[in-house]
Amino acid sequence: MSEAPFNNSKSSSRDPSLLANREASRSVGPVSPETYHFDQPLALSCGRTLRSYDLVVETYGQLNAAKTNAVLVCHALSGNHHAAGYYAEDDKKPGWWDDYIGPGKPIDSERFFIVCLNNIGGCDGSTGPRSIDPDTGKAWGKHFPPLRVRDWVSSQADLADRLGIEQWAVVIGGSLGGMNAMRWAVDCPERVRHCVVIASALKLTAQNIAFNEIARRAIRSDPDFHDGDFAEHDTLPRNGLALARMVGHVTYLSDALMGLRFGRELSTGSLQRGLESPVEFQVESYLQYQGEKFAESFDANTYLLITKMLDYFDLARDYQDDPVRAFKQAQCKFLVVSFTSDWRFAPDRSREIVNALIAANRDVSSACIESDMGHDAFLLPNERYETALGTYMARVAEEC
Amino acid sequence: MLRIDLDILQQWITPDSRVLDLGCGQGDLLRALTDNHQIIEGYGLEIDPENIATCIGKGVNVIEQDLNEGLSNFADDSFDIVVMTYSLQVLRRPDLMIDEMLRVGRECIVTFPNFGHIRTRCSLLFRGRMPVTKQLSHQWYDTPNIHFCTVRDFEDLCRLKGIRILDRSVVAEQNPDKALKALWPNAFGTTAIYRLTR
Repeated sequence: MSEAPFNNSKSSSRDPSLLANREASRSVGPVSPETYHFDQPLALSCGRTLRSYDLVVETYGQLNAAKTNAVLVCHALSGNHHAAGYYAEDDKKPGWWDDYIGPGKPIDSERFFIVCLNNIGGCDGSTGPRSIDPDTGKAWGKHFPPLRVRDWVSSQADLADRLGIEQWAVVIGGSLGGMNAMRWAVDCPERVRHCVVIASALKLTAQNIAFNEIARRAIRSDPDFHDGDFAEHDTLPRNGLALARMVGHVTYLSDALMGLRFGRELSTGSLQRGLESPVEFQVESYLQYQGEKFAESFDANTYLLITKMLDYFDLARDYQDDPVRAFKQAQCKFLVVSFTSDWRFAPDRSREIVNALIAANRDVSSACIESDMGHDAFLLPNERYETALGTYMARVAEEC
Repeated sequence: MLRIDLDILQQWITPDSRVLDLGCGQGDLLRALTDNHQIIEGYGLEIDPENIATCIGKGVNVIEQDLNEGLSNFADDSFDIVVMTYSLQVLRRPDLMIDEMLRVGRECIVTFPNFGHIRTRCSLLFRGRMPVTKQLSHQWYDTPNIHFCTVRDFEDLCRLKGIRILDRSVVAEQNPDKALKALWPNAFGTTAIYRLTR
């Protein structure tokens, strides 16, 4: 049973008289990130070494006395450490996985100690292209060493050591985060009890690599990119980043969802005959807005770095290209979730994971969730998804 | 509580088997086999979302997969025993599924409602209507059961395919069926259970 010593918010969230406050009480509430400095070298798979590094981390819930209830949440391409809760009351948006992390939610902060970090190479405070290279005294920029998913695992393992976590109850992630979770299961089998892989793949398909290359080309061909040295020119490759984001964004949604959300509605102008007025479809305004917002906050070098990480990932490469051999290294139990309308990490990719796990004799359950939401479904509310994930996590919590 | 047919077929599963359960429902069989330490590894295939969640809650390995799409994702002889309880009659091609089960498993166990039971025969003979019984509770137009067979039909299929019947049992739930099923299984067994091999 869980030893988490906090029951106050639990009773209020279950009290029907407080239904109006239910949504509020189901949030982990105000959170603040913490920076962990690691004054130790991190040997990277490319052969280079980071002499020291920082990780920005958020945690939710309490680590129990036996330290058996820790959950590592792995973010995807553009994610960061802010997975749940909010920083200020007037935040427009909570953390990126707030629908699934919180009191009474599938990843229940009343039962688990949940850890989410901005990974190295990122641009939200952890050591990455925007950080200072101690050898030059200048920002790494395009010179930041190329990374592989296993480098994330190494740095996350250092973080686990620092937090006193010998073994994660669960390592969980969607998309690239799912690859991160599988890498944990295979590379550090004794440190993972459960691995939850959502909307992910053993390796990217050619189509996926192609989309990533389109995004990279968009960034590189922006004159403001300056071959990665945009910071020295005191500028940002806004157009390139925005275009990269727009292409990516369209591929993360489905045709059905875009039809539902935007249809052919106009945000400005009219298509009436006899009128000459500039027309903008809602979907155009939406994409422009998403692109511009992303371009202001995300680092172009990080985008190049992490899309390459995605492209290079292949769980089975070191195991004679046989995922069954790879999964035979793992000792944990697996849950694999996919979504019907996800065409970037299609249900067939998840089936490949499941088939390999069965052939490797590992414990695995899988669900393919009916959804119109495309790849983004893994972030969005969905009753069946919540039930499947919540049921799995509740069972894990009972073992803790 | 397990259904009677599950009780019987459990006895046919040799210890330390690797088991695949097709249409595993709420995972009762796999849970019981695991708790009795009868199997080393078991997986269930299921398509119903609620059943899948129930299995997950029981800690049963459940894979979302439609049996009508076949078992091509499983290698030859990758399981000791492939079980299918009460799903044969809902499949588009039960005959092909039997072939697949015997390709993937060394043995297979199949249970199905016996359409040759005296009550179903009487329903057609005297009432002139498609039978609606406790096991087969749907109307003809909304039933998921699209391929009924009798004990004799099933054995004809086995003979045709050269499949060896290792064990056969029929289940009856009430008297006089219980007393008469040994004498005339195809008329008094409500559920038929077979253990097969190539």
